[in-house]
Amino acid sequence: MSHYKKFLSDKPMSENVIIVNNLSKKFGSFTAVDNISFSVAEGEIFGFLGANGAGKSTTIRILCGLLSPSSGSAVVAGYDVNHQAELVKTRIGYMSQKFSLYEDLTVKENIIFYGGIYGLSNAQIEERMGWIVEMTGLSGSENRLTRELAVGWKQRLALGCAVIHQPRIVFLDEPTSGVDPVFRKNFWELINQFSEQGTTIFVTTHYLDEAEYCNRLMLIHRGRIIAGGSPGELKEIYITNPILEIECDSALEVLEILQKEEWVIESSIFGTYLHIMVRDELEAKHKIKKILSEKSINLKRVDKITPGLEDVFISLIEKPEQSDRL
Amino acid sequence: MPEVIIEVQGLKKSFGEVSAVRGLDLTIFQGEMFGIIGPDGAGKTTLIRLLCGVLEPDEGSGRILGYDLIKEIKEIKSSIGYFSQRFSLYGDLTVDENIEFFAEIHEVSDYQPRRERLLEFTRLKPFRERLAEKLSGGMRQKLALACSLVHTPKIIFLDEPTTGVDPVSRRDFWKILSELVQEGIAIVLTTPYLDEAERCTRVGFMNQGKFMAIDSPRKIKNFIEDKVIELVPDEIRRAYKLLKQVPEIKELQALGDKLNLLVKDEQEVMPRIYQSLEKEGLKIKSWRVITPSLENVFVALQKIS
Repeated sequence: MSHYKKFLSDKPMSENVIIVNNLSKKFGSFTAVDNISFSVAEGEIFGFLGANGAGKSTTIRILCGLLSPSSGSAVVAGYDVNHQAELVKTRIGYMSQKFSLYEDLTVKENIIFYGGIYGLSNAQIEERMGWIVEMTGLSGSENRLTRELAVGWKQRLALGCAVIHQPRIVFLDEPTSGVDPVFRKNFWELINQFSEQGTTIFVTTHYLDEAEYCNRLMLIHRGRIIAGGSPGELKEIYITNPILEIECDSALEVLEILQKEEWVIESSIFGTYLHIMVRDELEAKHKIKKILSEKSINLKRVDKITPGLEDVFISLIEKPEQSDRL
Repeated sequence: MPEVIIEVQGLKKSFGEVSAVRGLDLTIFQGEMFGIIGPDGAGKTTLIRLLCGVLEPDEGSGRILGYDLIKEIKEIKSSIGYFSQRFSLYGDLTVDENIEFFAEIHEVSDYQPRRERLLEFTRLKPFRERLAEKLSGGMRQKLALACSLVHTPKIIFLDEPTTGVDPVSRRDFWKILSELVQEGIAIVLTTPYLDEAERCTRVGFMNQGKFMAIDSPRKIKNFIEDKVIELVPDEIRRAYKLLKQVPEIKELQALGDKLNLLVKDEQEVMPRIYQSLEKEGLKIKSWRVITPSLENVFVALQKIS
């Protein structure tokens, strides 16, 4: 269980705003969430990763007080999801990829609407309005119809609406799916600002480049947590098979040759290069040089490259025997 | 020199007051995987639709696979494949039936062998009897790809093919694209994900209806003259705040456990960085100059436009 501590934040319990203990959720005979435990510290940007159907959404719905667990406990913002689900809901914010804004309302009207939903008084809404508009960079656009905004701006507005009641935790479900890179970068700057002010950010994402923005990550697969740590730690601890980048002439022909070799685990074309995953770096480099020189194909270079989080993710879930050991 | 398969000049398209594509030239060769990147509203989708013959340009001319872009649209449509987020599969038809349906649309009479091949290729064979609406997102997307390949096109146009798809399906999808390239099919795609653009033979950065730069992912990075430093401090939040005050840092980005800095000259700025962090008792665990990412290029190109 040496990796287990990775799932716990290193803060004292009092500073943890999410504490999950042996949580399970069954739907009939199907176990969607299987005895998971972890904690999230105040102000942390926490990334919750998993493929479709891994148990991500079920876990979030439990943490948001929308679904009760079959067994185990979860304390969110100081309240128990089993007995105080209604209180949990008042202390959290939620934003999904479909950001539920009203397209035919203006920016201002959407903010007022969400303020009302979260039970804020008019005076409170007025006060928060200025803050949200400034924080999201929407000053001057208050009276524009939401449907006229570009996706990136809608997304910022949705985040503003999700935090109007100053929640301690905000859950972001696939927040930047399909937005352009500049908007994505700006959006994460905004998230960083919230986190600096002490708001805890709980993000689920498919997109592993985005996971690089998180302080700590946890990977769920078939309802169980199979890995956790900072992005850097994940790349170090869960070492994948070496990945080599090959620059050579006739890349497609070389790809075809290498695909037939039993020591090549995976191969694909990557721009004008080839990326191949192999069992052993030195063995592979030697064999590549030999094969190419026999075929008189010019080899420019073979380099080992750092695996990305996506490589780590895929190697972890494609090795069930390894995840069972954890 | 590989054969030119797409060649357009002075392409323009407006929708009312909005000009989406403003005089654009593009040449794409046989065997390429060409990635179109750019901010939302840059005109990427409009361009793809113009090249597919789905939209008619207001001005400009071109040839796709030798066919005239204006006069021979029917020929173009029958020799290319087009796949977008809105690709409509029929939910109440099975996998097999969907492919059959698209074969009929494209007037492919003897479609069975092709279908077997496509099912093999997309690894959908075990699911051939399943209704499309019962497929997972990743499988639906692979089926849509199979349907757009049923008439054996020579070029396939993909508009944001992997948006909202999980990493495993995404990887699988790229494996399939790589196999298509091996078969000699050219691929033209748009993507908001710059790590995907890294996989292309050439990338075109589009903004306000025009290409601002077209080159291989490696060469397009030469556009950035500044250096990118990856720095791991012991306390990331405090370090971020302190470094925000250093004027020599042109851009500062906080990732989960490291900072990325854009600077003119690392030799010059590193002493300054050490000084400002150490003064406050912070330590630098490690730092190194890294290759700029396409994201750095993207941000820089957008700034000048």
